[in-house]
Amino acid sequence: MITGLGLATVWVLDQDSAKEFFTEKLGLELRNDMTLGEGGMRWVTVGAKDQPELDLTLMVPGPPTLDPESAEQLKALIAKGVLGAGAFTTDDCVAEHRALAARGVEFIHEPQRRPYGIEAIFRDDSGNWYSLTQPFETLDESAGWGDVPGGSEG
Amino acid sequence: MDTAPTSADAPRAPGDGPHAPGGATSGRADPEHATGGAAQPADLAVLRRLRSAKDLMDRSWSEPLDLDAVAAQAGYSRFHFVRRFRDAYGETPGQYLARRRIERAQELLRSVNLTVTEICMLVGFTSLGTFCTRFKRQVGMTPTEFRSSARRAAPAAIPGCFVLFWAGGFQAD
Repeated sequence: MITGLGLATVWVLDQDSAKEFFTEKLGLELRNDMTLGEGGMRWVTVGAKDQPELDLTLMVPGPPTLDPESAEQLKALIAKGVLGAGAFTTDDCVAEHRALAARGVEFIHEPQRRPYGIEAIFRDDSGNWYSLTQPFETLDESAGWGDVPGGSEG
Repeated sequence: MDTAPTSADAPRAPGDGPHAPGGATSGRADPEHATGGAAQPADLAVLRRLRSAKDLMDRSWSEPLDLDAVAAQAGYSRFHFVRRFRDAYGETPGQYLARRRIERAQELLRSVNLTVTEICMLVGFTSLGTFCTRFKRQVGMTPTEFRSSARRAAPAAIPGCFVLFWAGGFQAD
């Protein structure tokens, strides 16, 4: 029986910069920063304080996981900004959006009401995009699934 | 945010706008030296700048953005920007912005009681004729027909972020 998800990979362009972004800007905690064996791979993991069972590993595309050509392709996709890397949850999307934006996190969409919660979209320092969602307990079908008028962008 | 040196009517982007692309280097650095082809780190810097311009369009889609201002966001002249953007994303910036505006119009037609003219203006078109022509070309029916058909069907249970980025990432034509 599978009991949960313990580790998820976030592909980044630079581990130092990503580590700083995820800990200092997003406010996640650093779980590991070590080298696996002499001259081995650097292993950097972060996670939310309230979710100790899930680590995010910040990996730069490259050997031994990826051949050089695949690594360059993946890096280009990250830099182009077309990859989504997950959805974070929060208990107050508007307040968290304000706090993160004040720390320099780049938002593509400010908080908007959706059927499943209040959601904002931001990018990490590499270019990956994420949802920041304050989930509702039950679906609110009156909220639009897509963009709504008079939103914070209007 | 940085204002566009090449245009008097820079976009009224909310907030601070995207960070200066390229990290420590200036976003206005000569981009033509950074696009030499095989040099991977330079390519990534170029892609970051293009992304920054694309994000500007996604943030400010309802506003009267002009191409010179969007190009300046990426540190390019208009001519080079159009070419590089198309190479990276498969459509020109103008096509991208118009497509996103039509997609927003679809959302509004589906969910909000506004007239077609109001929605046309809300999503950033200034001409109802242009809006309706583009809408029909992209969606396959007029805005009024689309509204009637969309409201007969229940909305699909797809999270908005996926709707947004499924639409924003790739266009298969």
